[in-house]
Amino acid sequence: MTLLQVVVGGLLLGAVYALFASGLTLIWGMMNFINFAHGEFVMLGMYAALLVVTWLGGGPALFALAAALVLFALGAAIYFGLIRHVLRGPMLAQILSTFGLALVLRYTAFWIFSANFVSLPQTALSGTLSIGGLLLPVPQLAAGVAALALTAGLHLLLTRTAVGSQLLAVAEDREAAMLVGIRPDRMQALAWGLAAGSAGLAGALMATAYPWSPSVGATFGLTAFITVTLGGFGSVPGALYAGLMVGAIQALSAYWLGPIYKDVVVYALFVALLWLRPQGLMGRA
Amino acid sequence: MTELRVEHVEVRYGELVGVADVSLRVAAGTAVALLGANGAGKSTTLRAIAGLAALSGGRIAWGADDISGGPAYEIVRRGIALSPEGWRLFHGQTVEQNLRLGATALADRTRLGAALERTYALFPRLGERRRQTAGTLSGGERQMLALGRALMSEPKLLLLDEPSLGLAPAAVEALYDALGSLRRKGLTLLLAEQSVPLALAIADYGYVLQGGRVVLEGPPDELARSDGVRGAYLGAGVPAR
Ligand SMILES: Nc1ncnc2c1ncn2[C@@H]1O[C@H](COP(=O)(O)OP(=O)(O)OP(=O)(O)O)[C@@H](O)[C@H]1O
Ligand SMILES: [Mg+2]
Repeated sequence: MTLLQVVVGGLLLGAVYALFASGLTLIWGMMNFINFAHGEFVMLGMYAALLVVTWLGGGPALFALAAALVLFALGAAIYFGLIRHVLRGPMLAQILSTFGLALVLRYTAFWIFSANFVSLPQTALSGTLSIGGLLLPVPQLAAGVAALALTAGLHLLLTRTAVGSQLLAVAEDREAAMLVGIRPDRMQALAWGLAAGSAGLAGALMATAYPWSPSVGATFGLTAFITVTLGGFGSVPGALYAGLMVGAIQALSAYWLGPIYKDVVVYALFVALLWLRPQGLMGRA
Repeated sequence: MTELRVEHVEVRYGELVGVADVSLRVAAGTAVALLGANGAGKSTTLRAIAGLAALSGGRIAWGADDISGGPAYEIVRRGIALSPEGWRLFHGQTVEQNLRLGATALADRTRLGAALERTYALFPRLGERRRQTAGTLSGGERQMLALGRALMSEPKLLLLDEPSLGLAPAAVEALYDALGSLRRKGLTLLLAEQSVPLALAIADYGYVLQGGRVVLEGPPDELARSDGVRGAYLGAGVPAR
């Protein structure tokens, strides 16, 4: 029973990983571009949630939505202000641009919010649910379920709607997309908005359950990168499976080996997997 | 009615010249063929008109408007659609998604349903395969989809870049039947072809390109008799104008 409890807890956190990893995989799929600042979007989402709660009050639905909107706008602005200009440049410029962006965002957060750990004040989300003997803390449960639904929603947006079809068209063939009347810039800005928005939303969901400081962005960025590699670059369903897996592995290693080992085990398995299957678990050879 | 005029257009690819000096006219309701050997500049000319290739000289006029230099997503909104060389379908998406994407430039969204129906009536095969991904279609079906997608924006002028390339004879025949019926309905065509007989059978007028220049032009029967056409294809000297 305890083991099941541990696994379920891991899967709930893994669903949140899946949500923010989906954004990273979307950017890769759209423009073969790795965003090293992705974890910082998650971190900023957490602070956005905190600011909304302290200034405006309101429940999780309000601050999660606010975090998503703020980060969506930031993502689109970063596309127009930075990414668009380095896309045509050499690979090194692309890598350095988002690496530099990550540092700017991280140290700006240190400057404004200090390095201290903070957490959300007691929100509407508290308490524990008991389902068939499983004890599930409400914040984790709500975050996991919401993240799962939103990841599925992102996948449906891409595969079932006209705007998703236009995004995928630009991803596959930019010139052919222009010939049918699509403005690639708008679609790429939208992709950056969706990626940052879903990362910010994932951050707001995690803020209901865990304390944080500006340095968490680096850890989440790495987690997103590992998740995307495992799931296959460019695949939202892949990110979902891989996110759940990473969450479960972390929880199990924390349970069996102790909490400080949870990341080490994931990184070690990741390196081992890259060695055995460089194309990722779900990716094709 | 709108006329396309290409005037002394030049396109460079860095140091290389894609098109050195091309002038041509396409009057409304006519079908015009662009002929020439590999590398003559047919695709570059069509890409320049569609707004994909930047001009380094000359101008392109569509009626009273100067449309030189695109961008492509605005030119298709003006009623000029290009079905590019190699078709460039969205292979990961379904037949119907490709067609709907083709209608992105359609200003009046209520016409989308009718445009889809028209396309499926022209190519019933596409209707049967509407849920299949484009990457799984046969060559002939891909050609139908490329043409259907270009027609979804309800263009006044359709640019076609070697539509028959790599198709079996039966598929080529079906394609030209479809083009013939579109033409009778009043669609204006500018068509690049390597196959002279095919192009001249459908065209009212033709231009022969060689080395990025127009070296010969005229009605099909004149071009068919001309030694210049053969010369341009064999690359044997520059025929007299
Ligand atoms: N992207 C490019 N970069 C450099 N040169 C190019 C490019 N595209 C075309 N060219 C050059 O421009 C010239 C004209 O090419 P174009 O593709 O227009 O010829 P074409 O008549 O369409 O030939 P084909 O019948 O083989 O399709 C050629 O010399 C070609 O090598
Ligand atoms: Mg060509």
